[in-house]
Amino acid sequence: MSAHAHSDDGHSADGHDFAHPMSVQTLLAVFFALTFLTVITVAQASFDFGAFEVATVMFIATVKAVLVMAFFMHMLADKPFNAIIFIGSFVFVGLFVIFTLGDSLMTSHSFEPKVEELAPAVAEPTITTVDGAP
Amino acid sequence: MSAGSLPSGSQVKDPGYPTPSENYLTNSKGVLSWIFTLDHKRIGVMYLIGVTAAFAIAGLLALLIRLHLFQPDGMIFQGEEANNYYNQVFTLHGAIMVFLFIIPSVPAALGNFLVPVMLGAKDVAFPRLNLCSFYLWVFGALFFVSALCASGLDTGWTFYTPYSTTTDSSVILATSGAFILGFSSIFTGLNFIVTINTMRPPGMTWFRMPLFLWATYATSIIQVLATPVLGITLLLLIAERTMHIGIFDPEYNGDPVTFQHFFWFYSHPAVYIMILPAFGVISDLISVHSHKRIFGYRFIAYSSIAIALLGFLVWGHHMFTAGMSSLTTIIFSALTFTVSVPSAIKVFNWLATMYKGSISLTTPMCYALSFIFLFTIGGLTGLHLGTLATDMHLHDTYFVVAHFHYVMVGGTLVAFLGGVFHWWPKMFGKMYSEAGGRLSALLVFAGFNLTFLPQFILGSRGMPRRYATYDPEFAALHQMSTWGSMLLGFGLLVALIVLLRSLKSGKRAPANPWGGATLEWECTSPPPFYNFERAPAVGDPYDFSDLEWEADNERYVKVEPAREIVPETQPEKEPAHAEDSK
Amino acid sequence: MSTIEASPEVGHDEHGHDHDHPPFLAHHFDTPEQQFDSGKLGIWLFLVTEVLFFSGMFCAYAIFRALRPEVFEGCSQFLNTKLGAINTGVLLFSSLTMAWAVRCSQLEQHKGLVGTLAATLSCAMIFLGVKAIEYSHKFGMGLLPAGLFFYDPSNPHPTEHPPYLAYICAPFAVALVGVLCWLVFSAVAGKKFQFAVAKPLSVVCLCFFVGVGLGMVLESGEESADHVDTHADPNGLATAPVMLEVEKAAAAEAAPAIAASGAQVSVDEGVLEILATDPTNVGVKSGLNALEQQTAAAGTSTVTGDGEILGAITTTEVDVMTPTTAGVFFSIYYCMTGIHAIHILAGIGVLVWLLVRAVRQDFNRQYFGPVDYVGLYWHLVDLIWIYLFPLLYLIR
Ligand code: HEM
Ligand SMILES: [Cu+2]
Repeated sequence: MSAHAHSDDGHSADGHDFAHPMSVQTLLAVFFALTFLTVITVAQASFDFGAFEVATVMFIATVKAVLVMAFFMHMLADKPFNAIIFIGSFVFVGLFVIFTLGDSLMTSHSFEPKVEELAPAVAEPTITTVDGAP
Repeated sequence: MSAGSLPSGSQVKDPGYPTPSENYLTNSKGVLSWIFTLDHKRIGVMYLIGVTAAFAIAGLLALLIRLHLFQPDGMIFQGEEANNYYNQVFTLHGAIMVFLFIIPSVPAALGNFLVPVMLGAKDVAFPRLNLCSFYLWVFGALFFVSALCASGLDTGWTFYTPYSTTTDSSVILATSGAFILGFSSIFTGLNFIVTINTMRPPGMTWFRMPLFLWATYATSIIQVLATPVLGITLLLLIAERTMHIGIFDPEYNGDPVTFQHFFWFYSHPAVYIMILPAFGVISDLISVHSHKRIFGYRFIAYSSIAIALLGFLVWGHHMFTAGMSSLTTIIFSALTFTVSVPSAIKVFNWLATMYKGSISLTTPMCYALSFIFLFTIGGLTGLHLGTLATDMHLHDTYFVVAHFHYVMVGGTLVAFLGGVFHWWPKMFGKMYSEAGGRLSALLVFAGFNLTFLPQFILGSRGMPRRYATYDPEFAALHQMSTWGSMLLGFGLLVALIVLLRSLKSGKRAPANPWGGATLEWECTSPPPFYNFERAPAVGDPYDFSDLEWEADNERYVKVEPAREIVPETQPEKEPAHAEDSK
Repeated sequence: MSTIEASPEVGHDEHGHDHDHPPFLAHHFDTPEQQFDSGKLGIWLFLVTEVLFFSGMFCAYAIFRALRPEVFEGCSQFLNTKLGAINTGVLLFSSLTMAWAVRCSQLEQHKGLVGTLAATLSCAMIFLGVKAIEYSHKFGMGLLPAGLFFYDPSNPHPTEHPPYLAYICAPFAVALVGVLCWLVFSAVAGKKFQFAVAKPLSVVCLCFFVGVGLGMVLESGEESADHVDTHADPNGLATAPVMLEVEKAAAAEAAPAIAASGAQVSVDEGVLEILATDPTNVGVKSGLNALEQQTAAAGTSTVTGDGEILGAITTTEVDVMTPTTAGVFFSIYYCMTGIHAIHILAGIGVLVWLLVRAVRQDFNRQYFGPVDYVGLYWHLVDLIWIYLFPLLYLIR
């Protein structure tokens, strides 16, 4: 990385070789793509995809995120290292969420009875009461 | 190498001494020139003073705890409120030590001073951010002090819910303090990553960097990745207390185990924020004072990065008994063993470095040796705790207390002291009394072991942690521990006195008192405020072959073999280099 | 970010650097490119910390959604999709203008830079204005974090509540008045530079109220339609009052059974009831409610068999609108959108700083770093909203 930083070939002193202006067409195209995707997400919410709903929504959101990162955030023109660290951060987010969520899902029943389990669980003592009552 | 007299005819390279107008300590005067300084060295010195003060406060609290535990039903705090006081004192001790001392100790105090100099850069990449992070530290510290003055804090440094959402001590003040300190830590880490990435002068390749810089880099990665999670956790905790958001609070359907996940996702990596810089210090100390090239440079460098990344996979080992699912506990236990591999690699490499080296038993080296011994015990007992079955027995006992004191005090604090003694001549341009320094190292080592070895036994016999009173059967071991803490405290006092005395009456330090080959020894002691006039020539940081001891001036100098700059004789037919090469 | 900017008053500038250093190049950097790369890496790292910062809330979201999907489905109906969609559009547009601003700064189009920055700021203000409507509306209905939650399905719009909207708008109104005064003052005093700054800023401040107006129009349009359609939806939230009656009926039917099983519960219930009268003991109270309901459920099940078990389950579903269920949803909603809004506010702060510097024409093709860095930050804020919008507003 520092190899770029210290290029003493005299170019960087006057040229604008580290500025990569993005063309207006690209910017507008990206914006319209994003708006279009937003419309699609809103529209899909009125259909019922069942279990795929979250996946669909997240997929569209991720496509939008990639567009923003690639063009608006100049990731394509940027140094690969910057892109790596940014994308890399999602690996850690993934670790964090997956472990924590996984553990919660596996343990939650032990302290918060689910509705379906509630009825049989409380039905039992009542039976004894009914039995013991006469 | 350190034979005594210099080879005749050789050329000596030594930067000499700085003039007062160059010396970073004296080039500008007045309090304001320190308060608004952007010089990373001055910021480092201010951090050094700050963390020492924090350490002193927390250390006194620790002595209070130990004194209280001298008797089974408590010696200091009496009466109805005894337990409350005890809880507040150990909480403040722990929280101040962790957030105000250990985390900023090596990276912020030594790191700020050393990173740019070792790198051969003029300053860190963002000097103002650097100053800002110091003031954030000060701010956070004030919050902690005000928590202490308000109504104390009795949750333990871990702020576990549901207690932290129900107690009426000043949790909000303290967590705000920790939140601010988190920012300070993030900014320091961010600054160092950028500095190391973009400010290296020509010739300073990644693998010519001193290992301290690798360690700092790895630490910074953790600071940037983990600390934000602490930030949001504490923020949610504050929200939980003020509005009952019901994420952590079981009363509102929240889950306290989730809090522990959030907390340890930061805090396990944070223990590597504490220890990795210490590893870096020790790598440099061992190599310089053994006057031998570090063994396995690349392994040490890569293992720092490996620890930083693996450290994110094991946080669950703090929660084995908290009610995680059994599958999760097994996974975390298995992963915990993987982190110990890179730590062990480092220990082996240090030992191999010393093997057949010509070791000078200077003060820093005494501390470094003490570090290796103590950290090894600390790390190995970590494995007992990482094992699921044994941890069921040992969790929340004094065994855990002993474990983490072995790694944090025996590891980080000792390495910090070693580092301070090693770089003191560079920082302040004064030599301290070697005898006094070694004595302090010895006292610290003895006092430390006397304090914490008994705690392993106490813990394995079932003495739980965080209790103000205990069963009389534990009295003898507790008393031993208290005596040990007095000795430890005395040793630290000796170290402080030795260092402070040197400022008054110490000899002027040469540029290179130890024979180090890293760049900081190539500028004067203390360094000029601009570090290097022009980018220094970068060599191998662990190549000591051209350093010679100059007994007359009690210093190491760089010698270059006699060389004819301009040949006086006519060039011969044979190329000159043919006979020159040996 | 402020560190990146070169400043002439940097302490010891006098030491031996050659004086071909351009004024914007800080003394410890060798080339503008090195300075730019450092700043860029720094801001990317900062964005990494932001991502991890938000990850905590996404994690909390994931856990609670996975554990209580029905709560999320129910509560999401209370969020106005139209407002959310409009805000998404506004933020996307602000991202466009921000990216454009970077382009302008690189090409030294100073006028364009000021314009695009002002547009970005205006969008940010519109976003906040719409949010103000959303928030105040929910505050008024009592849709608040668990501890403060007081939504009552039978009286969803209590008329007696503090004027939340006025509270939120007050600081922006003060800012607007301040900027307008400044505009007039600078125009009168002939301070060109200040006038050039105050002009776009007054538009920006006005935009907050444009957002408020927009939000009001959409919210009131939605109001009636929304309520009709939730009432019609048998699984929706607003069915709660209906369900409540079902529950009462079930409880009445089960009364004898409760009396029978009551024997075991009553011992500690007596104590609990006393505890529950204490307003701070919400947990006990809800525990007691749960207990009552359980007995009711159990009672009905033994008395009338299978059909009634289903009934019992539905009565539990009514509880979606309690502090400990819907309250938690709204906690997460406020945490996520609130911290996002704080980031927007911070963004507004730095954008104003950029605007001032843009008017001063500080930026050129070798020194456009600050615009680029703020841009990256701004896009990240947008990125987070891109995920928040479907996750919170679009749950069916
Ligand atoms: C060498 C590898 C290490 C392993 C395998 C390890 C393992 C563990 C385990 C399993 C625990 C939890 C014990 C329990 O609560 O039951 C623990 C606690 C702890 N460890 Fe380590 N550890 C290691 C190194 C370190 C280092 C280097 C530090 C700090 C510099 C450290 C600091 C701590 C602290 C502070 C605690 C206690 C936290 C608390 O509950 O207050 N550990 N360690
Ligand atoms: Cu750990």
